[in-house]
Amino acid sequence: MKVTLFVTCLVDLFHTNVGKATVELLERLGCEIEFPEAQTCCGQPAYNSGYVKEAKEAMKHMIRTFEHAEYIVTPSGSCATMFKEYPHIFKGDPEWEPRAKALADKTYELTQFIVDVLKIENVGAKLKGRATYHTSCHMTRLLGVKDAPMKLLKNVDGLEFVPLPNSHNCCGFGGTFSVKMGPISEQMVDEKIHHIEEVNADYLIGADCGCLMNIGGRIERQGKPIKVMHIAEVLNSR
Amino acid sequence: MPMKIGTGEFKERVDKGIHNSFMRGAVAGAQERLRTRRLEAAEELGNWEEWRALGEEIRKHTLENLDYYLWQLSENVAKRGGHVFFAQTAEEANEYIRDVVVKKNAKKIVKSKSMVTEEINLNPVLEAAGCEVIETDLGEYILQIDDHDPPSHIVAPALHKNKEQIRDVFKAKLNYKKTENPEELALHARHTLRQAYLTADVGITGCNFAIAESGSITLVTNEGNADLVTALPKTQITVMGMERIVPTFEEMEVLVSLLTRSAVGQKLTSYITVLTGPRDQGDVDGPEEFHLVIVDNGRSNILGTEFQSVLQCIRCAACVNVCPVYRHIGGHSYGSIYSGPIGAVLSPLLGGYDDYKELPYASTLCAACTEACPVKIPLHELLHKHRQVIVEREGKAPISEKLAMKAFGLGAASSALYKLGSKLAPSAMNPFTVNNRISNGPGPLKAWTEIREFPAPGKERFRDWFHNRQKGDHQS
Ligand code: SF4
Repeated sequence: MKVTLFVTCLVDLFHTNVGKATVELLERLGCEIEFPEAQTCCGQPAYNSGYVKEAKEAMKHMIRTFEHAEYIVTPSGSCATMFKEYPHIFKGDPEWEPRAKALADKTYELTQFIVDVLKIENVGAKLKGRATYHTSCHMTRLLGVKDAPMKLLKNVDGLEFVPLPNSHNCCGFGGTFSVKMGPISEQMVDEKIHHIEEVNADYLIGADCGCLMNIGGRIERQGKPIKVMHIAEVLNSR
Repeated sequence: MPMKIGTGEFKERVDKGIHNSFMRGAVAGAQERLRTRRLEAAEELGNWEEWRALGEEIRKHTLENLDYYLWQLSENVAKRGGHVFFAQTAEEANEYIRDVVVKKNAKKIVKSKSMVTEEINLNPVLEAAGCEVIETDLGEYILQIDDHDPPSHIVAPALHKNKEQIRDVFKAKLNYKKTENPEELALHARHTLRQAYLTADVGITGCNFAIAESGSITLVTNEGNADLVTALPKTQITVMGMERIVPTFEEMEVLVSLLTRSAVGQKLTSYITVLTGPRDQGDVDGPEEFHLVIVDNGRSNILGTEFQSVLQCIRCAACVNVCPVYRHIGGHSYGSIYSGPIGAVLSPLLGGYDDYKELPYASTLCAACTEACPVKIPLHELLHKHRQVIVEREGKAPISEKLAMKAFGLGAASSALYKLGSKLAPSAMNPFTVNNRISNGPGPLKAWTEIREFPAPGKERFRDWFHNRQKGDHQS
């Protein structure tokens, strides 16, 4: 199966390992990966800050870049959600609405793709330790992907899974919120880390680099011994 | 603006909220309780999503035909001998109510809970007219005797206080001698309030839903205080926001079901009171005179705009009870009597961006509010719309941000520019990078690194790795 990878700007620039793991994992599961070099960013930073005009330029560029794809897969619930929002954003635009809809219809978040399209729940991964999972807001509430990551994690050999208390509360990332509303964001991420510690997890796993950058950056600042991993890295551990 | 509460800038209010550990403990505890109870109540009902869809449909239909239903309501109230007054502004509403009270020569007024009278700031107007005004909802009563502490939650106005603090207020103001046991506290308040009901000249209520087909008003309470406020005094004044209306009893039942479950996780509250006009021949109680004051105060400006759906709100506070931002900063930080997600959407619309421009940004757009709302208001989308209006129409965004976003638009829309920028990033960040980490970043990164580490951009981007790998594949 041919998969077109939308790697996201955060992974391209800061979390390259997540991108590498995604490629290796999908290849192992029998996919052929294509990476359109023209890809940039889904437009979310500008869109969420209210700069819709600017964001739309980025979105049109992404629509063009991925127009040829059969399946678009991305290791980010939030960026997948953004692609899914495009038709809504271009509503009423006779040229771009149908093109946006075509893009949205073939976009999948990584775990969703593995479970729903490839129909695989055990990817043969191994990782020893106690882990908990951060349910990122856009992925669970807007994209509606809740079970896929759980199904996959349950089958990771050696991984003891513990649910995260108050998992429904946002980690405090929210894109520019994390810098615009720093003091509130700090309280939110500290409460999140408190709950991670409460269950004595060695690993915090997530499916969105934004949240992981926030939680991980704070954990690192505080020098806590919790390892933060993207789910692609976990599923690619052997 | 009457709905405005507190002083100081948004940042200072937030700082105060964050450092108020009593309030935060009380809010977090209440959020857990109310959220769990709401989910259980929804579960028990079974087809919750169908109920929500029905609630949304009813509210949408009513708003689309608001002029018709308001006309029908006022006709029916008049038919039953009541008086109806449409107040365009807060001032008009206050003046009308004051005139009624003065004409009645009233000295004592009892009130049941009403957010709209907080919105128009009615009490000081009545007090200036020489009346004693007594709040009879326990939460409101506590705040009133605590030197008019403003409400911090639309359903549980004194949510920010714990029982020890309430005991202390009672001790200081009411000569209370007992413990912080909630039952003892409530009993003490009840004794004082009973006297007030019996001697009051006028009763003022809010309105959960007015019913157009019959000219009735519905009040939903757990304390039964609204019954006494409406049954005993000779004159009753009901104040409603102009959107708080349903076509018939049938829709009222659906919305009350959604309201009580969403607000407190109850199938029904202890009291649901439906009142129709003044006392009729043969009625054993009820007022001799009934006034319905319908308040616009900026609502009709919202009709027909992209924000119209906010008027679907039934003030259940489910969105407040799940909001992770409200959880940490509390209601007073919002600077408005309407706090939480609904407050962050509504306050700038009713009170203007000058006072409330920060509120749409005090959200991670996590959509917990949207998910909880029983009438399916897309709250996080409305917060986003506010941001768009602030940037595009109001021109209130900072210049530096505008420039950054322009650059973003150009960069992200052009692969050449993006590639160049991302290639240069590691060397630009070099001076700030230690062990692949940025701990003290420049520009917008500064706010980030005040709290957390930031990863330094890798020397090799993902795209470089992929490119080289493909090349390698081809060679082999
Ligand atoms: S916006 Fe929705 S959830 Fe919030 S108070 Fe109104 S009806 Fe309730």
